[in-house]
Amino acid sequence: MIQVAAFWLFATIVIASAAMVIFARNPVHSVMWLILAFFNAAGLMLLAGAEFIAMLLVIVYVGAVAVLFLFVVMMLDIDFAELRAGFVRYLPLGALVAIILAVELVFAVGAWSAGKVDLAARAAPAVTDKSNIQQIGELLYTKYIFLFEAAGIVLLVAMIGAIVLTHRQRGGVRIQNISEQNKRRPQDATRMVDPGVGQGVEL
Amino acid sequence: MISVGHYLAVSAVLFTLGVLGIFINRKNIIVILMAIELILLAVNINLVAFSSALGDLVGQVFAMFVLTVAAGEAAIGLAILVIYFRGRGTIAVDDANRMKG
Repeated sequence: MIQVAAFWLFATIVIASAAMVIFARNPVHSVMWLILAFFNAAGLMLLAGAEFIAMLLVIVYVGAVAVLFLFVVMMLDIDFAELRAGFVRYLPLGALVAIILAVELVFAVGAWSAGKVDLAARAAPAVTDKSNIQQIGELLYTKYIFLFEAAGIVLLVAMIGAIVLTHRQRGGVRIQNISEQNKRRPQDATRMVDPGVGQGVEL
Repeated sequence: MISVGHYLAVSAVLFTLGVLGIFINRKNIIVILMAIELILLAVNINLVAFSSALGDLVGQVFAMFVLTVAAGEAAIGLAILVIYFRGRGTIAVDDANRMKG
């Protein structure tokens, strides 16, 4: 019975905070509501028995993505009150699209629950005597190893892309050039002279 | 009792809210990126719910892949946003007309 109560709690909060993400006036508040939504979605997934995905959601989304959003929101110096100006103008179109989508989704759920569509045999049936994380690990590192490596490549490309995009060369800054320092030899830099008495040294 | 239909309903509402967020926040790219994150979260809830209901773990593996793509998308999107703001001084969607598209 506690699962039902927990489901309704998580579902209510995740939807309410998702609405607040959209309607909040301040983007910093939007990010905070997004974090709350992620936490409650993780709770929903925990209830469904997917502990690994739930923990991943907290670590990746709350720990990395939401903090990234927060950094960018705080880094950009924008007049956010002015940005909200066209809110009412786009509300009818947005509401229309949202209503159409919602009706379609409800229809899809109804059609799915009405008749059973017999698809192909299950690719990886879950067994109950192992924990969720162990099952996923055994599946991920054997059958879906290429998918796993593709995910790694996606992350690598995203990381390199973000660095390349935001890196900028700043002029007028004297930074240490280590290879130049190592290439420098004594004969390039110094000169032996033997001046006579009373003569100066020409520099 | 909670069935997969309940999960699908929650996910449908989340998805719809994400699409609505894209449409009504025409002035702020950051909130649009957050709405995209909401949409991907709805997709993940769907995948996990079906994975749990059908007793098939592939849904959770694919949810992990969606999570990866979402993280990469957020990183690249915010990087583009930062260099755009550096060049233009604004992130309003309506002002983004340099490419005359």
